Amino acid sequence: MNEKATTDNNANAKTVLIVDDDIDFLAQQKLQLEAAGFKVVSAESQTQAQKVIEDLHPDIAVLDLMMEHCDGGFALCYKIKKMYPDVPVIIVTGVTSETSLSFDAATAEERSWVKADALLPKPIRFEQLKREIDRLLEEA
Amino acid sequence: MDALKVLMVDDEPGMRSGVARALSNFTVTVPELDEVLSFEIDQAETGEAALEMAAASRPDLMLLDHKLPGISGLDVLERYQAESDETLIIMITAYASLETAVTATKRGAYDFLAKPFTPGELKSAVAKAARHLVLQRQARMLAEEKRQVRFQFISVLSHELKAPLGAIEGYLRIVRDHTAGVDQAAQDHMIDRSLIRLEGMRKLIFDLLDLTRIESGQKRRQFADIDLCEIAKEAVEALSIEAAGRQITIELVNNGPCIMAGDQGELEIILNNLVSNAVKYNRDGGRVTIDIGGDDETVKLRVTDTGIGMTAEESDRLFHDFVRIKNEKTRKILGSGLGLSTVRKLARLYAGNVTAQSEPDTGSTFTVELERHSNPEVSSGDSKGNPELVAGI
Repeated sequence: MNEKATTDNNANAKTVLIVDDDIDFLAQQKLQLEAAGFKVVSAESQTQAQKVIEDLHPDIAVLDLMMEHCDGGFALCYKIKKMYPDVPVIIVTGVTSETSLSFDAATAEERSWVKADALLPKPIRFEQLKREIDRLLEEA
Repeated sequence: MDALKVLMVDDEPGMRSGVARALSNFTVTVPELDEVLSFEIDQAETGEAALEMAAASRPDLMLLDHKLPGISGLDVLERYQAESDETLIIMITAYASLETAVTATKRGAYDFLAKPFTPGELKSAVAKAARHLVLQRQARMLAEEKRQVRFQFISVLSHELKAPLGAIEGYLRIVRDHTAGVDQAAQDHMIDRSLIRLEGMRKLIFDLLDLTRIESGQKRRQFADIDLCEIAKEAVEALSIEAAGRQITIELVNNGPCIMAGDQGELEIILNNLVSNAVKYNRDGGRVTIDIGGDDETVKLRVTDTGIGMTAEESDRLFHDFVRIKNEKTRKILGSGLGLSTVRKLARLYAGNVTAQSEPDTGSTFTVELERHSNPEVSSGDSKGNPELVAGI
């Protein structure tokens, strides 16, 4: 869903694409990122996000790992990197902390082709996410 | 056919070869596991040699003579048990020394054989030990599997409980820090969303309690003659407000009675889950049809909706714990992911099952078949060897 950013007044504002199937998490991060001066485009699913990136070149992307498919975040990350190699990608997931079982193996293997720039555990404080976004945008 | 490793420890060559011969073509059947066991024999002449060989090859069984030239059989028993409990030890003693046999059993020998023994006595002692060994290993394996399933269940459960807490906490922080300004409508929206997430969490806890009651096997199942149509009417009644709000019609095809032997609470859970799903996953203005029938042996309960439906791949996964079909159409629908797995567990308690036929965007039919006169004693507590059924909290 392509939503109009509320901070259009700042032409230099960086655009964050944020994708998560938890609509509350999505709404909260969007609100806080906008309050921090970013333009935010949000999508509620992998499918929706894939449509969004056809017309939008974000400055950075924040993706949830588990969406319609259990590795949706990885697949989406791969697509974004292929289209826009310069866009940093942060993957946020609740999986690492709870189901270390199924996830550890997956990361080692997946990371070799995924190349996400950061992997952050949920629950995540906004300050944490913001720090990571600022760091990656500075490096980019 | 699995071969068990046997270490025969005796200083008399004739004894060793006799035992090896007796066991070489001997097999033991374990009917519980549908397994046939054979034996591979190694031989040791002294206690010292036996300890060395056992440390290297970890035999399944040790036939251990007490009277040995160096250290005694009892010494071997003691030292070996200190390093491994994987091996069952049968102590061989002279007929006269019952005392040694008793000491050996006290120190952990599984059994003893008194010399002189016949090949028949040898075989029956070995057969008994072999059965004990494989059944014990099987039990350990199942216990481990159960632990794994349970761990996974708890991991997912904690995730499902933390997600709404995170959402609610997030909204509270935003309201407290005035991140959204002081716009009343925005704040109201956040409070509404928090309440919805709380409701989802409460539903999860209720479903979890249902599941726990079923799986603990502690609650006695109170069997009586129950009219399923009555229970269906109550389920319809309970959902009538929600259904009316979305112009969904619920029709009960057969007014009953349809009597079966069952536990009122369990049958209520089945019907409430199915009818509530049929409303939740329906389209506005849709229809839910409940058809209860069957024959003398089996009760057949069908709940059909005109809702969003599923693909075949989705309906395959549906009856497992915490499986929720995630897509555009379901994202605004609250659910714990435990309802249908609970229905399946319950149906199995009635020697029955639940199946789903579905067509995307057309609707789904869930069919539950239950034995009309099942036995309350066959409860989930008896579900030996089914880790899925006993995995709950």
